[in-house]
Amino acid sequence: MSFIDYYKILGVSKTATEADIKKAYRKLARKYHPDLNPNDTVAEKKFKEINEANEVLSHPENRKKYDQYGEHWQHAEEFEKAKQQEQSKGSYTSSDGYSEEDFSDFFEHMFGGTSSRARGGQVKFRGQDYNAELQLSLQDVYTTHKRTLTVNNKNIRITIPAGVENGQIIKIKGHGGKGVNGGPNGDLYIQFSISNHTNFKRDKNNLYVDVDLDLYIALLGGEITIDTFNGKVKLNIKPETQNRTKVKLKGKGFPKYRKEGQFGDLYVTYYIKIPTNLTTQEKELIKALQNIRK
Amino acid sequence: MKEQDLISVQLLCKRYNVPNSFIEKLQEYQLIEVIVRQEDFFIHVAQIKKVEKLMRLHFDLNINLEGVDVIYNLLKQVEDLQEEIKSLKNKLNRYE
Repeated sequence: MSFIDYYKILGVSKTATEADIKKAYRKLARKYHPDLNPNDTVAEKKFKEINEANEVLSHPENRKKYDQYGEHWQHAEEFEKAKQQEQSKGSYTSSDGYSEEDFSDFFEHMFGGTSSRARGGQVKFRGQDYNAELQLSLQDVYTTHKRTLTVNNKNIRITIPAGVENGQIIKIKGHGGKGVNGGPNGDLYIQFSISNHTNFKRDKNNLYVDVDLDLYIALLGGEITIDTFNGKVKLNIKPETQNRTKVKLKGKGFPKYRKEGQFGDLYVTYYIKIPTNLTTQEKELIKALQNIRK
Repeated sequence: MKEQDLISVQLLCKRYNVPNSFIEKLQEYQLIEVIVRQEDFFIHVAQIKKVEKLMRLHFDLNINLEGVDVIYNLLKQVEDLQEEIKSLKNKLNRYE
């Protein structure tokens, strides 16, 4: 735990008036407020610092104590503990905002766990929303499955529906921060980060795969076996199949999100493989073919 | 719409300690939808989070309602664009 220079955070001098502090706080709060910077953890951290600085410097009692002990905060406990509690400084909740947990250890040490933001005791507050990221593989999200997550030391068992997308966010109602004074709990938002180490490329419900095709099968036609996401299938290749021919295998793609039993399509692109290390005989035969074509 | 999914504007204002006129203004700016049932005003519970956000912008940041209206709509646009980027990034993965 180290000393925090609240004046520096707000960009004001030690002789700043209450009005200067208010002005500086408002300016910075507008810049870094979480509502204006969604999903920006840097802005969120900065906002918490600004808020904490404002908590101290905008209240004469806190400021006096801070100015008196400041860098020697270890001795601050001797300071008179009684502190006026501001009773009615707006009573709406801050579900996307900050909670008392967001104050630094330094603040907690100097000013105790309860900040002057504490509001009227009878007002119900909704708990804070939590955000979490869940790393999964493409194989994981091919089937609906259950998974246990640990959020704030609590185990939550959730069902992950097949077909969730990379970056998709799902809401688990009531698993966020605890409500205050009987208010409802916040929600838990889980963002999926899906890694793909397969040969398949995914776009929503459709899958794409490249398949090497033997030259002679491409020329004369035949049968090949390819891997789909959940097994092998046999495909008939038409004679004279061209390089980069694309075929669609209906229903062999990825499961559709929350549509049980429905699947996207698999698009297979053929890449004709030209034989290498030709023998003399092969070269002669191909030359003969070339001459026929002339 | 189920009755139990509605919360009275009066109760909401009391809980959050904001004047009724604030909710009226939000409706005026078409930022929220107020439902009238037997001469009482209600909002759908799904809108509470939005109302809280609008309250924070107005009261915490001291932004007037014209500003809140602009900010809210711009944030919505940013959200839509982020969704589009996410979708395009996933599409782009096909070509990597």
